Amino acid sequence: MRVAREIYLDNSATTRPFQEVIEAMTVVLTRHFGNPSSLHKKGLETEAIIDRVRQEIAKTLGAKPSEIIFTSGGTEANNLAIQGIARRYKKRGTHIITSSIEHSAVLDVMKFLEGEGFRVTYLPVDGNGCVRIEDVEQALTEHTILVSIMVVNNETGAVQPIRQIGELLSNRPKTLFHVDGVQAYGKIPLKVKTDKIDLLSVSAHKIHGPKGIGALFMREGIDLEPLFWGGGQEKNRRSGTENVPGIAGFGAAVRKVFASLEQDRERLERLRDQLIQGIRSSIGQVRINTPEGLAAPHVVSVSLPGVKGEVLVHAMETEGVFISTGSACSSRQKIHSHVLQQLRLSDQELEGSVRLSLSYENTAEEIEEAVRIMTRLVEDLRLLTRR
Amino acid sequence: MEQMPAIYLDHAATTPVRPEVAAVMMGVLTESFGNPSSTHQFGRKVRKLMEEARQKTAGAIGAAAREIVFTSGGTESNNLAVLGTVRANRDKGRHLVTTAVEHHAVLDVFRQLATEGFEVTVLPVDEYGRVSVDQFRNALREDTILASVMHANNEIGTVNPLAGIGKICRERGVLLHTDAVQSVGKIPVNVEELQVDLLTVSGHKIYGPKGTGALYIRRGTAIDPLMRGGSQEKAIRPGTENVAGIVGLGKAIELAAGESAHESIRLARLRDKLIRNVLTSVPDARLNGHPTERLPHNVNVSFAGVEGETLIQGLDARGIAISAGSACTSGALEPSHVLLSLGVERSLALGTLRISLGRSTTDEDIDVVTEELKQIIQQLRSI
Repeated sequence: MRVAREIYLDNSATTRPFQEVIEAMTVVLTRHFGNPSSLHKKGLETEAIIDRVRQEIAKTLGAKPSEIIFTSGGTEANNLAIQGIARRYKKRGTHIITSSIEHSAVLDVMKFLEGEGFRVTYLPVDGNGCVRIEDVEQALTEHTILVSIMVVNNETGAVQPIRQIGELLSNRPKTLFHVDGVQAYGKIPLKVKTDKIDLLSVSAHKIHGPKGIGALFMREGIDLEPLFWGGGQEKNRRSGTENVPGIAGFGAAVRKVFASLEQDRERLERLRDQLIQGIRSSIGQVRINTPEGLAAPHVVSVSLPGVKGEVLVHAMETEGVFISTGSACSSRQKIHSHVLQQLRLSDQELEGSVRLSLSYENTAEEIEEAVRIMTRLVEDLRLLTRR
Repeated sequence: MEQMPAIYLDHAATTPVRPEVAAVMMGVLTESFGNPSSTHQFGRKVRKLMEEARQKTAGAIGAAAREIVFTSGGTESNNLAVLGTVRANRDKGRHLVTTAVEHHAVLDVFRQLATEGFEVTVLPVDEYGRVSVDQFRNALREDTILASVMHANNEIGTVNPLAGIGKICRERGVLLHTDAVQSVGKIPVNVEELQVDLLTVSGHKIYGPKGTGALYIRRGTAIDPLMRGGSQEKAIRPGTENVAGIVGLGKAIELAAGESAHESIRLARLRDKLIRNVLTSVPDARLNGHPTERLPHNVNVSFAGVEGETLIQGLDARGIAISAGSACTSGALEPSHVLLSLGVERSLALGTLRISLGRSTTDEDIDVVTEELKQIIQQLRSI
């Protein structure tokens, strides 16, 4: 089933590595193999590569290089932040606030911590899929040690009021603010100082970098209990020989994405709006779950009653268009999205939900073609179910 | 930046990525970028590649593919093995056994568990760095839930009598983990022969990429994940898989296992030549570790009256990359805990070199290193 053309619209699941990323990794894999902890030249060489990328990532966040911890990806960054802060500061209190629309790499950590004696408040969202700042305020207690809220929801693209939450927490030094920035990094501006963020998770493979590498920003002065014990790399916060080729690839992705972020974002927003307009105008009976004016530039969630999401995903695939029903991490389990359930969709809408997610590499022609194919398939599938 | 040292003899710290490994990784990055959890063909394609790598990894250590979990490296595998099984079995007992010469990625995990209320017996080693099977047997208690004994030591290369220990653990119903980071690809490693329940593998010590490792978990072993999130790796290790790294590891371990039988003979000959040369041409030199039960690529020598650090810098300036011991602690000026466990005196321990050979090492390298060592040490001692 080889198709002539592939239109990849599943960039929230993962992205195609940039050529520059592959080149940067190739250089490391073929030439710079030293262990960064070694004292000889081969070690100093790879240590320098890591330092450079650390500086570059810090700069994109308005952070200091010493505040960046490399991890094996977004899941580890989220786990390190949440488990690490909870364990380190449990004497201060055992209450944590999060939202009900977080990624499973946050929600599952919270459920785990509940078993360890922590109390977790899961905030609901409004009709747009956004956390209400009043709800955060009301949930805070003197025992709250951590608030963890994502910037961009991975299923709907809804942007959460991070700056207001940061502001709200800024006069509560004992309540730390963790932000899952995996879907936002490289798409919308994030500045840890102005947004008053204490910890922020990012991942390389969502911005055309390699899989297996991510980072956690942790503000100076904060401490956490590590997930792994050992050689004491990353200032004792993340032991283990550093993934040097991964870090080099991450750096190359960051360099390219941030070089033209503003223009690219505008172009991406136009593509997204084209997609939403196209779907709205050519497909009947459709609900767009991505809130207008409050969303990231790359995610579009659509509910199509009378169609089964996974059937549409497979039908689209045979036509060379790659989309998903929702989060890739849970797409192989056949359960309704916990995020869309929060939006109070009908069963039919829940069942007929798909996510289309764009990247800087998509074109207007691809969007046009995808809408055309989707329109035809939705009509066909609806005819079938009506019989 | 690109200058290669003329002679790299620090293969126990890390190894250069084999061209075949780099090639398969570049292939994945270029052509197979999908998320393995995606249901469409991009996802299916990379899942297939990952499962092939899992087969190869399992095959190299005599395990079944479903008993392999991929991780971010040896440190994570060790942590997952120890913390994961202890937390999952904590209602069965509070006692744990390990040895004094483990890598920090094991020893520090036990230190942490000791603060969480577990009782840890740290077994001493003999003058060669070997654990005694009898002492091990005597250390076990009714409430022992896990023992972790490394297969071969990363600093002195001593190989432990693991099969004997495995047999005891099997009889007593104690889980046995082994850190096989240094032995895989160098000496035969088979989970059935060693009778271990958990075994740690690292990619970058066997000419594979950094950032990838594996943990063998015997079928039926209860283990808690360290991280929570997606259901990747049967939820034992969530997070989008490092597909390129995993495929690289699969290739590396397949190649290493395939050539280890003859490569280990070649390395052992070079090793013995180096030991002989150094001990005969440098006065007041002492070999650390076992004379025969030793990894084929490891030489560990202490030189009286010389500082290891200075020696390393001197060698580095002459284009020879060697380390004092574990790379992970090479920033620290503390003597190695491994050498102290052998009864090596502090001052002598600080004058130690770990010389680890590899695929690129030649007879000529051994001659050059011997000569340079002789000169530098003479120089340093005369100051």
